[in-house]
Amino acid sequence: MSNGPAVEAIDLVKQFGTNRAVDGVSFVVPEGTVLGLLGPNGAGKTTTVRMLTTLSVPTSGTGRVAGYDVIKEPAGVRRSMGLTGQSATVDELLTGRENIRLVGRLYGLPTKYLHKLADELLERFLLTDAADRIAKTYSGGMRRRLDLAVSLVASPPVLFLDEPTTGLDPRSRADLWEVLRGLVKDGTTLLLTTQYLEEADHLADEIIVIDKGKVIAAGTPTQLKDEAGRASVVVTVSAVTDLPRAAELLRQHTTEVHVEDVSRRLTAPASGLGDMTRIAGVFAESGIEIDDLGLKRPSLDDVFLHLTGHRAEQTDSDTTEALTEQEAVR
Amino acid sequence: MTAVMTRPPIHQRSLLQQSLTVVWRNLLHIRRMPEMLLDVTIQPVMFVLLFAYVFGGSIDVPGTSYREFLLPGIMAQTIIFSSAIVALGLTSDLEKGIVDRLKSLPISRSSVLVGRSLSSLIHSGIGIVVMSVTGLLIGWRIRDGLINGVLGYLLLLLFGFSMIWLGIWVGSLMRSVEAVNGFMFTVMFPLTFVANTFAPTQDMPTWLRVIAEWNPVSALTAACRDLWGNGLPPSADAQWPLQHPVLASIAWSILFTAVFAPLALAAFRRRSRD
Repeated sequence: MSNGPAVEAIDLVKQFGTNRAVDGVSFVVPEGTVLGLLGPNGAGKTTTVRMLTTLSVPTSGTGRVAGYDVIKEPAGVRRSMGLTGQSATVDELLTGRENIRLVGRLYGLPTKYLHKLADELLERFLLTDAADRIAKTYSGGMRRRLDLAVSLVASPPVLFLDEPTTGLDPRSRADLWEVLRGLVKDGTTLLLTTQYLEEADHLADEIIVIDKGKVIAAGTPTQLKDEAGRASVVVTVSAVTDLPRAAELLRQHTTEVHVEDVSRRLTAPASGLGDMTRIAGVFAESGIEIDDLGLKRPSLDDVFLHLTGHRAEQTDSDTTEALTEQEAVR
Repeated sequence: MTAVMTRPPIHQRSLLQQSLTVVWRNLLHIRRMPEMLLDVTIQPVMFVLLFAYVFGGSIDVPGTSYREFLLPGIMAQTIIFSSAIVALGLTSDLEKGIVDRLKSLPISRSSVLVGRSLSSLIHSGIGIVVMSVTGLLIGWRIRDGLINGVLGYLLLLLFGFSMIWLGIWVGSLMRSVEAVNGFMFTVMFPLTFVANTFAPTQDMPTWLRVIAEWNPVSALTAACRDLWGNGLPPSADAQWPLQHPVLASIAWSILFTAVFAPLALAAFRRRSRD
């Protein structure tokens, strides 16, 4: 096997009737890194994963996984990767242990080894107690963990995760992230699709944003945020009466200052942490009492809005955020 | 986290071994949901009891008792319904992403279909055993020797094989289990009733009689009756398939396989490309 990239998408296109679900997607995932494929529902994320995992044949273009071409060498691709999530799932009527054994047997793993491996995987994914219960009785989080355990049976170097945490509560999501970080530490390459900007931000070394089947942005989470706008320093003073003086002080050190009376907040552009500590020092000397001082970077949600003109997701937290913004404006 | 075990080298298993693993999984399903077997146990037993004791008294069968006449018909019906069993299983696996899981593994993709077919034959086979036992209890017998008796069962198996292709075709085309159910029962019920399964064809109106006697289900039923010695041969004015029921059953099986196998494989492959 070459030492090249673990996953490569080369101008992938998938056409369903008149609908171009994926329209010329290209990217590279270097070995041992995490790529986040970010986009709203129907953006073409799952179809891209299905093509790279040989479940769906590209209309044109191709992909490579661990050096194997998805069209010409699908068997090699299947030997080198595991797939979890929306695209492939666990068998509800089989127990956790049986799910692992089913896949292990199909791989052709020796029975004795497989039995030990099943115990180990079940323990590692905190499923030992539920090992002999059918998967139908599992909670959402347990099911995802089992799904992940099953896709790790042959310890594949590359793992595809199609919306691994969709529908999970925050606690289960955080647990799963922890597991995924562990896998990356052991050298596994991950490609994960997600609708959650926070998830891509947490896990991915590199993010590809896709919308309507096309790549609309690529880069590290920080790069993408920088693209959406500069960081800013936000100072909240304790007393409204201090606002004019604080604004005057801030104006001497930065280019422009935005004042919000209601929230007693002042916002000024900053290039990074250096600016923030400098300004913190200035306020400490001035004797103006402040409640809070911090650096605000644009979130990936801002990035998405900036790139597409629409939000990536419409969750409760978004609505609350939007409300807070409105209040702040008033 | 415990120390990661080193994985032994993977030896690609044969298609048969992979298919048997899929069979193991499908049989586990039956063990978890024994009610899946209702369609080949309680349901046909109900049919036997219903027809034998409720309608049986008013249906006159030349040369034998109605119960003896009925049993081969019920057997044929059970085998015809194996197509529905295959279709339901396949659609359910496609719908739930199990087929995708299997397809993402380095195994022969045919093992999904071969495994599904084998387990459906086992499923229907259980039905045939249950029917045979029920038949023996109410007076049905194989009266024409062991060899002919076995041949009757082999003929059912052959016909069941051709029905599996129909099942794979329908299963690959339909998008939901409900759709399969609706389609299969709409097609299967008239098919198994407009035949010689439950009543002799002689007394039907001519046009209906011609349809019933050319119905492949009739040939299979007549073949079993013939081989098992359950009743007199059909009257001389019956259509060709009933005059040569064994030959006709084999011909129908070959024809169905020739037509449905390519359609089934193409539909499954098409479904597998998206």
